[in-house]
Amino acid sequence: MATEAHGAEEGGLVFHPMDQFIVKPLFGGEHMGMFTFTNASLWMMLAIVAVIALMVFGTSRRARIPGRAQSVAELAYGFVYKMVEDVAGKDAVGFFPYIMTLFMFIVFSNFLGLLPMSFTPTSHFAVTVVLAMLVFLTVTIVGFVKNGTKFLGLFWVSSAPLALRPVLAIIEIISYFVRPVSHSIRLAGNVMAGHAVIKVFAGFAAIAVISPVSVLAITAMYGLEVLVSFIQAYVFTILTCVYLKDALHPSH
Amino acid sequence: MATETHDAAGTAADAAPGMPQLDFSTWANQIFWLVVTLVVIYLVLSRVALPRIAAVLAERQGTITNDIAAAEDLKQKAVEAEAAYNQALADARSEANNIIAATKADIQKDLDVALAKADAEIAAQTAEGEKAIAAIREGALESVKAVAKDTAKELVAAMGGTADAKTITAAVTARMKG
Repeated sequence: MATEAHGAEEGGLVFHPMDQFIVKPLFGGEHMGMFTFTNASLWMMLAIVAVIALMVFGTSRRARIPGRAQSVAELAYGFVYKMVEDVAGKDAVGFFPYIMTLFMFIVFSNFLGLLPMSFTPTSHFAVTVVLAMLVFLTVTIVGFVKNGTKFLGLFWVSSAPLALRPVLAIIEIISYFVRPVSHSIRLAGNVMAGHAVIKVFAGFAAIAVISPVSVLAITAMYGLEVLVSFIQAYVFTILTCVYLKDALHPSH
Repeated sequence: MATETHDAAGTAADAAPGMPQLDFSTWANQIFWLVVTLVVIYLVLSRVALPRIAAVLAERQGTITNDIAAAEDLKQKAVEAEAAYNQALADARSEANNIIAATKADIQKDLDVALAKADAEIAAQTAEGEKAIAAIREGALESVKAVAKDTAKELVAAMGGTADAKTITAAVTARMKG
């Protein structure tokens, strides 16, 4: 087996598309505790650095006529603010910093993850499940705090015929609890799949004849991934806004 | 040897040979760092970045609104100035017309007076001239009579006769009447 592995590494095709997702401690030691600084931690810290660089240092001049960085920061601000206002309603503006945090973290994790040799925190279910559960809990708690038991009206479709309502209620409840699952798997799945596919194409590059095709395919996939990185951040954010609207205005 | 390679392949991969995502031993670690990350980003955004951007945007909006109002004001002023200019132009034009008419009337009056005077002078001179012509004509008739008498006397003398003045005068007068 050892020789086999050796042979494979020297000549033939080696596919380890999932190895890039392995979380490992960065500073020595095999043991990984809760507070160990891992590659996942590193790239999350880099996301923080990027967010601060854009949103704080980029806007430090407070120019009336914005420079490049400030324009991008203002664009991001306007983009998310308008989304919150349009989708979730004017009274959801209080949640804007929270939603902005989610958006900025996801978008920067995704884009930093596109750098070669990098690690993408948002490709892990551990991360996206926490994000989705945060949204789910926020929406549920806000729903009950703002509307009391009326929030349950979300599941009781009053516009439907009375006989259908219990059936619809069951469907609505199931769909409500499936939300965090789809919300988290959509993001991690998209990011992970794209990275894995790029890795598989890269594996094919070991064959000289195929390598030009492989390089082209990687380039195309990379372009698609750039798109997906932004779109998935957008989708996650807008779904958060949609759920928040349900919490603030539960009537159908 | 085989186990060695296996170890080198990755410690984390041991627990979840398929997907590292489903290796739950790393979840606590990731969740801890994720929470740290989210809290830091939230604090940075909500305390520093978002208020600052909101202030910048509001200030810009204010500036734009003020500038538009100022521009509107200036436009209004320009319209007023144009109206005033047109009014002044119209006034000046009518004033000029008045002056032209008055001047024309004055000149006409002077001209009429001068013409009348000139006419009168001409009439007077014409009358005098006619009188003079009449006098000259009268004079000329007398002279012709005298010349005719002299000529007749000389002719008579040249033909060897003598003639008294009375006969010649009577003859010339009769002839001239004829």
